[in-house]
Amino acid sequence: MINKLVGSDTEAVSDIFDGAIVMIGGFGEAGSPIELIHRLIDLGSKNLTVVSNNTGSGNVGIAALIENRQVSKMICSFPRSTNSVVFPELYRAGEIELELVPQGTLAERIRAGGAGIPAFYTPSSVNTPLAEGKEIREFNGQAYVLEYGIKADFSLVKCETADRYGNLTYHKTARNFSPIMCTAGSMTIVQAKHIVEPGGIDPENVITPGIFVNRVVEINAPQHESILVTNGERYPR
Amino acid sequence: MNTTERLGWSRNEMAQKAAQDIPDGSYVNLGIGMPELIADHVPAGIEVIYHTENGLLGMGPVPEKGQEDIELINAGKKYVTAINGASFFHHADSFTMIRGGHLDISILGALQVCEKGDLANWSTGKPGAIPAVGGAMDLVAGVKNVWVITDHNTKDGQFKLVNNCSFPLTGKGVVDRVYTNLAIIEITEEGLKVREMAPGVTFDYLQEKTEPKLLQ
Repeated sequence: MINKLVGSDTEAVSDIFDGAIVMIGGFGEAGSPIELIHRLIDLGSKNLTVVSNNTGSGNVGIAALIENRQVSKMICSFPRSTNSVVFPELYRAGEIELELVPQGTLAERIRAGGAGIPAFYTPSSVNTPLAEGKEIREFNGQAYVLEYGIKADFSLVKCETADRYGNLTYHKTARNFSPIMCTAGSMTIVQAKHIVEPGGIDPENVITPGIFVNRVVEINAPQHESILVTNGERYPR
Repeated sequence: MNTTERLGWSRNEMAQKAAQDIPDGSYVNLGIGMPELIADHVPAGIEVIYHTENGLLGMGPVPEKGQEDIELINAGKKYVTAINGASFFHHADSFTMIRGGHLDISILGALQVCEKGDLANWSTGKPGAIPAVGGAMDLVAGVKNVWVITDHNTKDGQFKLVNNCSFPLTGKGVVDRVYTNLAIIEITEEGLKVREMAPGVTFDYLQEKTEPKLLQ
């Protein structure tokens, strides 16, 4: 029998090892798997490379993971935002590495990684500093830059509804990077707001088919980053 | 020169000018900041579908107080709504729309635009600045028409329309048209062509505020 449900968020992330590449879903706080991130902080794995669009806000979620000195490198498109304090400080101090990637290139690198495509050419960033040192090739008279697919050892994702097969649906713009990160992770770990019986999600409405998912844990009242930040909360407290 | 004077159109009037140029039925991506104002000025009877790169086609107006959904936001991470007929999708699909040439218009802010249509809008390149690019490089690489809406000069009176961008580029030769508080300017093969000037702005004044030579 296939059963991807695990009993706790602590158990779900328990094998994330030092030096792992970890993809974390979310665009700002929408879709950010904050409970899984906080359990990763409890676990304390170090020297992680994190692939995520942003670097978090305040002192919770991804920002707290960075503040806890568990992240040696960020691969992202927009490492600052309102209430973003932790990453800018460490970056200016030279204590964290940044690989800045255009957002569409980041998405396509993740998609390619999950789809078995090692590399591709894209027009984005040609003639800019972000293409410096990279292979440029012309197709039909236009220049494109070579970019590589990314795979992750672990992907951490939040979804709305899941079943024991790992079929997932999402909520509105919380979907963002999560479906492609599910495909690119060797071990894809999902926190779901609701768990339903198989068949409880209409097959026509499955967004991430269960084959891309390894573990699902129910977190039925997830915390919201913006509310924690407004309340001045930190993790760990 | 009084560096704080701001002649010409207000920000809302600039947004209105740009909104009036959007053809009925267009798919449009609005950048963060001043471009967001444009949605408020689209004339009645014109249907425009707004794309936001974080995975929504059919973005609607800001929700009423108390009706916000923390997981329904735009690229600027502000709360929005979804119109009837909207769709949600993941990031690879969102940038398929962008890079694949499916969107009609991208309207962005700018630090600098050069006479050849080069755009710099993501980094001043200053030491200590946190570089952040978001989706801008993908938008200018893939969207059919790229418009810029920006103040004509910086707050301290520097040129924003320049011979060559000194800031790191977002894209080369990508901008088609610029809306400023002083004028609407087309980027053409021949150079910067003035389409319309704000009331009270003379061609000589506009030229004084613009580094490259303007064409009437």
